[in-house]
Amino acid sequence: MASDKKFEPTNPTVKWVEDRLPIFGLLYSSLGAGYNAPRNLNYWWNFGVLAGFMLVVQIVTGIVLVMHYVPDVNLAFDSVQHIRRDVNYGWLLQAVHANGASMFFIVVYIHILRGFYFGSYKAPREILWFLGIIIYLLMMATGFMGYVLPWGQMSFWGAKVITNLFGAFDFIPFIGDGIVEWLWGGFAVGQPTLNRFFSLHYLLPFVLVGVVILHIWALHIPGSTNPLGIDANGPYDKIPFHPYYTAKDAFGLGVFIIFFAAFVFYIPDFLGHPDNYIKANPLVTPEHIVPEWYYLPFYAILRAIPDKLLGVVAMFSSILILFAMPWLDGSRVRSMRFRPLSKFFFWLFVVNGIFLGYLGQRSPDDVLALGVTALVYAQFATTFYFAYFLVIMPLVSRMETTKPVPTSIAAAVLEANKKG
Amino acid sequence: MTTHDDVVEERRNFLYIATGAAGVVAAGAAVWPLIDQMNPSKDVLALSSIEIDLNNIPEGQSAVFLWRGNPVFVRHRTPEEIARAEADDNAPDLIDPERDEDRVQRPEWLIMSGVCTHLGCVPLDQQGDFGGWFCPCHGSHYDISGRIRKGPAPLNLPIVEYTFLDDSTVKIG
Repeated sequence: MASDKKFEPTNPTVKWVEDRLPIFGLLYSSLGAGYNAPRNLNYWWNFGVLAGFMLVVQIVTGIVLVMHYVPDVNLAFDSVQHIRRDVNYGWLLQAVHANGASMFFIVVYIHILRGFYFGSYKAPREILWFLGIIIYLLMMATGFMGYVLPWGQMSFWGAKVITNLFGAFDFIPFIGDGIVEWLWGGFAVGQPTLNRFFSLHYLLPFVLVGVVILHIWALHIPGSTNPLGIDANGPYDKIPFHPYYTAKDAFGLGVFIIFFAAFVFYIPDFLGHPDNYIKANPLVTPEHIVPEWYYLPFYAILRAIPDKLLGVVAMFSSILILFAMPWLDGSRVRSMRFRPLSKFFFWLFVVNGIFLGYLGQRSPDDVLALGVTALVYAQFATTFYFAYFLVIMPLVSRMETTKPVPTSIAAAVLEANKKG
Repeated sequence: MTTHDDVVEERRNFLYIATGAAGVVAAGAAVWPLIDQMNPSKDVLALSSIEIDLNNIPEGQSAVFLWRGNPVFVRHRTPEEIARAEADDNAPDLIDPERDEDRVQRPEWLIMSGVCTHLGCVPLDQQGDFGGWFCPCHGSHYDISGRIRKGPAPLNLPIVEYTFLDDSTVKIG
């Protein structure tokens, strides 16, 4: 961007390095005073930084946990207990890592919904959006494989159910028949499965780092969106990332760490499942298999359709459909602040998503309010989930009368200041 | 008319395609070991078998054995259960129609996989709407012949390979 300041080091050592490898300049123009961001970013723009922070936390705690963990079906469960009880600060590191996965998903879900609400997926940020979806899919794979490693009952049966999903593709010639055994390395989830999950659980976070770098790169081409959804034009619309947003993000980070710490220190097992404190037993299925909370809405979609293949297809589609959003939404206005009808349906979508999550942890035959089973509610909620993308979004975005959009960010900010 | 240049170009195109094809084959050959290493290894494939003493399973009871990492159900069926299974041979709600007599070598012994054909949970014995098995994970009901009658599972519980060594011993695998 033309208005962005160039990096001009005064320190001779920095200058010497910069002339040979312009790495300080890269940091300066990506995260420092050389990157200008819209002046009106609110706290919803904090969550990308929080997600990046959580990725670092998970990698750092994960690397030290591996120094004590044993990927062996007979020893894995006990080695996690060993970490929790015997290893110095193991209780802390294990709690940070296990709760960290949930924290990572919380901030990423808010980050994604921020994108929904403020139209961050719209041109010219489609590739930025795609990279975000890829990050999310990688996170789901990594989180799932990580949950298997403690080798408790939920680890084992979760692994069995999720890998069996791929059995739905047995109609594919040549590869279909053996695909599940290929994933397992045997005739059931066992030692080979644990070993490969461990290998990939260690690898994927570093792949995530790579995709995150691409995500930030793609972000810096058009720059951040903003709550008004209009393009930042002149220098009056922008302020340097450092110190303005480094300070704002640091404050948000502090608040977030307090929230995170409350889980780690006071309720470290709150988000876990009691069955996972029982060692894996291939002969006994737990009463009720539930995935971690962050997969529940998709689990509800899977179970809503009483056909194995179609259920699996619906579950995968429910995430892949995000790739089509830049085209499903035909509105010329990005921010839902100026799209009242879209905004209404957005909140309905959020409530529906939470409801799906609730249904995902109930048994399908449970009778809920009005004498209707969880299964039937899940079918309605799944229908709404897909209708939101395939019917509501294309129609409402193209037919809605939007409110007047301000002429510039600076004008809108000054107007708001005048009102006090 | 074919000129000298055309011949050269044709020959060059042929070389491009041949080189590219050889490269693809070589890449495939290099990648295959990386993919195939994930398939079950020889020790896993080496067919293990287990022998079961049927004297320990009284009539009207089931036992569960671990075979190749998966549960196998052995049920000693009562005459009423056999009659019920055969009576249901033509039931309209059979999702994967199969006759009971095709699922057993001796009607009193039902020996089959204990892995739900939906997503791999272990169904619970003597539960569900059909007096057989019920999978608690996603609500599949199997009858007393192990046939899927209701729920998301697509297939009957598979019959495992077994042979009667004598009247009271059966070998699985």
